[in-house]
Amino acid sequence: MTNATTRLPTPAGVPKSGSLLVRGRRTQKRHAAEFRFRMMGLAAVVFGITALFGLLAAILSNGLSSFQQTSVVVDVFLDPAKLDKGGKRDLEELQKVTTFAYAPLIQNGLTKVMEDHGIVVDGLSDKKAAELLSKEAPAQLRRYVLANPAKIGETVSFSLLANGRIDGYYKGRVSMESAALDRNVSPEQLMLADKLKEAGVLTTSFNVAFFTAPDASDTRPEAAGLGVAIIGSLYMMIIVLCLALPLGVAASIYLEEFAPQNKWTDLIEVNISNLAAVPSIVFGILGLAIFINYAGLPQSAPVVGGLVLTLMTLPTIIIATRAALKSVPPSIRDAALGIGASKMQSIFHHVLPLAAPGILTGTIIGLAQALGETAPLLLIGMVAFVREFPAAPPEGFFDPAAALPVQVYNWTQRGDPAFVERASGAIIVLLIFLIVMNGIAILLRRRFERRW
Amino acid sequence: MTPSILALIVLGLALIGFFVGRQRALLLSSRERVKLHSLPGYYGQALALFITVPALVLLGSWLFIQPALIENHVSAMIPDTAIPQGGAKSLVMADVRRISVGVERLVEQGFVTEGELADMRADFTNVRSRLAEVGVALGSDVEPAVFQAAKSYRSIGNTWSVFRTFAVLITALGFAIWAYLQIKPRMRARNTSETFIKTLLMGSSLVAILTTVGIVGSLLFESIHFFQLYPAKDFFFSATWNPQFRGGSDLGFLPLLWGTFYVSFIALTLAVPIGLMIAIYLAEYAGNSLRNFAKPAIEILAGIPTIVYGLFALITVGPFLRDWVAQPLGLGTSSSSVMTAGLVMGIMLIPFVSSLSDDIINAVPQSLRDGSYGLGATQSETIRLVILPAALPGIVGAFLLAASRAIGETMIVVMGAGAAARLDLNPFEAMTTVTVKIVSQLTGDTEFASPETLVAFALGLTLFVFTLALNVLALYIVRKYREQYE
Repeated sequence: MTNATTRLPTPAGVPKSGSLLVRGRRTQKRHAAEFRFRMMGLAAVVFGITALFGLLAAILSNGLSSFQQTSVVVDVFLDPAKLDKGGKRDLEELQKVTTFAYAPLIQNGLTKVMEDHGIVVDGLSDKKAAELLSKEAPAQLRRYVLANPAKIGETVSFSLLANGRIDGYYKGRVSMESAALDRNVSPEQLMLADKLKEAGVLTTSFNVAFFTAPDASDTRPEAAGLGVAIIGSLYMMIIVLCLALPLGVAASIYLEEFAPQNKWTDLIEVNISNLAAVPSIVFGILGLAIFINYAGLPQSAPVVGGLVLTLMTLPTIIIATRAALKSVPPSIRDAALGIGASKMQSIFHHVLPLAAPGILTGTIIGLAQALGETAPLLLIGMVAFVREFPAAPPEGFFDPAAALPVQVYNWTQRGDPAFVERASGAIIVLLIFLIVMNGIAILLRRRFERRW
Repeated sequence: MTPSILALIVLGLALIGFFVGRQRALLLSSRERVKLHSLPGYYGQALALFITVPALVLLGSWLFIQPALIENHVSAMIPDTAIPQGGAKSLVMADVRRISVGVERLVEQGFVTEGELADMRADFTNVRSRLAEVGVALGSDVEPAVFQAAKSYRSIGNTWSVFRTFAVLITALGFAIWAYLQIKPRMRARNTSETFIKTLLMGSSLVAILTTVGIVGSLLFESIHFFQLYPAKDFFFSATWNPQFRGGSDLGFLPLLWGTFYVSFIALTLAVPIGLMIAIYLAEYAGNSLRNFAKPAIEILAGIPTIVYGLFALITVGPFLRDWVAQPLGLGTSSSSVMTAGLVMGIMLIPFVSSLSDDIINAVPQSLRDGSYGLGATQSETIRLVILPAALPGIVGAFLLAASRAIGETMIVVMGAGAAARLDLNPFEAMTTVTVKIVSQLTGDTEFASPETLVAFALGLTLFVFTLALNVLALYIVRKYREQYE
């Protein structure tokens, strides 16, 4: 580490045989290079970690607000003259009344609220004031009336969603200045919202509907939720678990314990490692060409998504399972064989249970990968706009549904900036699922991992 | 009867079979006073396996073959006159399928009885409006011949489903009875069922091969179809990409290839040095506390789904680059650009590169390091002059794997790179990639007849070949290198 032994020409002014305690210029240079290299490494690590936190911060700062939703409490008189002209409370008659009939009732209710609290905003008509509420509000009312026809003629208190722009005003997305330029909202409406808030009529609370409601159309971002997407993803995960785990474990047992060393086995192994690296979108093409176009399975159905994701997850599970099987020491097998077990018994009764924690860990990680996968699902039609909840399995597997990551993509393709907030919120939900799954995997590994 | 219920019935039969088989073995052995060859459970297991496996295999292959056979039969019924000018038979077949679904629903919901349906003719009834009642929308009025074809499509399908149910149940019961009669105390039940299970295990390992065959088959089949409609020369060597859904489109592959390589190039320029430096620092320099924090943090990056990176590109990186770099420099006004997608993809690839390089650096034997230190080299000199050259093949392998990831990556480029196909050097312009175009040509309602749709398969095939070649090369290099030190 010193230049004491070097016989290289030294620059003038430096004594040829310098002290061991004083660093020569060349040593200094080398140490400086050492320091620079080290700092470059540190900078790279810092960059990596900053990127992670930047990513999380961007998503959280955009998305956390979607867990809050602004709503207005309005007492609405369910006018029989408007809703049930026949007066028979006949469901079929009631179903013919469209949301257009409900809108004036809400408008009247809101006007009354404003009168009660003495709220007056100059230059704001009653109609404009009612636009403060979501276009979803009449539909909400209609659903309620169809469910409780007996309530017609009474005054019922509703918590109605506020318009997406009003909601955005309280989340910092909309300001008085931007409202003046916006066709969909006016500064007067924002003033009214402020006054309603002071009166305690307009409140912001935890957004339960975000997790339970289905998707909503382009003009009502405030009503859009993840209900159908969560169910769709859940259905797909069930299918992946039921298909990929048994298939993957069976294939691994064969390859690890039974397969003879020959070309055929080599071919299978090369195949599996290549499949693990095939771009996910190619699996989407496979699903479209074979499951939908050839086999005639329905588009947007969780069953197709589940099958495609199964094929994608299989290599991950096989690789993890083989590693788990390999880590069980041969002495276990020998002992089982020694006391008269057959090969199959030694594997199923002894090796497999010991490898189970490793297999489960690999499976959960594979499932987590499958849960976040988007590209192949785009091709098999999961981008469709789905408002109906799929039925219970097994028929529900064939009903159209959305999926969590695809819902995110879907929302980013829409014009209203409120959907960007929703998309970030959906990402947070997705990430929470992934963290929980990976956490379980880590716990399993810690709890059951055995060193031999 | 739907296939899933049929499968459940077969499984139920198998469960009963297990207990019956076990019981019979015990009964026979006590009656004949002969010791059983195997444990009683194995007799039940053998019986259950004989019930399920042949029946389910039959069901599976039936489901696989039925659509093709019916399709062939029905498409022969469609006269050439029923095919619109410039259209293709497969478009008509898609209509046939959709109409048959609608007719099925009409009958199910009780709008039409079977008898009425038999008399229903497209010349007299407005089929289109009837189908619209049950939510099946058709683009145009229905040709009589097409409607007849749809009706026979449905009726053949229904008849075959009945056949299928019987065939599967008869197979299950037939094997059940046969296997039941085989049960004798001397039967080598364990060996039988173990051989059976071993065959099943082998069968599952073939799924991987079947998947590859499916991928290659479907890509090749549809690509050949595409090249029959569109000249291969124009696809591979034209610099214009301009799909028109009315026909007469230019489907040149070069702009897409350029976009793909440009994005991947930026991503790799970011990811490879940083990923490598992270691996070096964590392996050679970092103290325990930093390593215990940084390693999992970077591994988390690897576990984040690409849609999250896509959103990050869309809402944060894209607008940032546009407002702070591209516009001040006068390079463009687009928030989706090659640079956006490239940088975000680079971040995605960092953990991939670093974990691969980490394995490789750790595989370099300690003796090489000790030798270098012994000669008086500093740590960084050792790394640069000894460890990296020794690890070079592995690092090249990691680089190739990262490149194959970058080329195949979809969501980041869909959300970050834009959709305009263009050959340009300015990295702040929106450009597009192969994967983006696969998504845009195949999303929504797709009919497998026009070159505009089929081009996606040709693109998919090219993508598959590229990534496969990179992977095979990388694995070859890595494997060869590993042999040196082991």
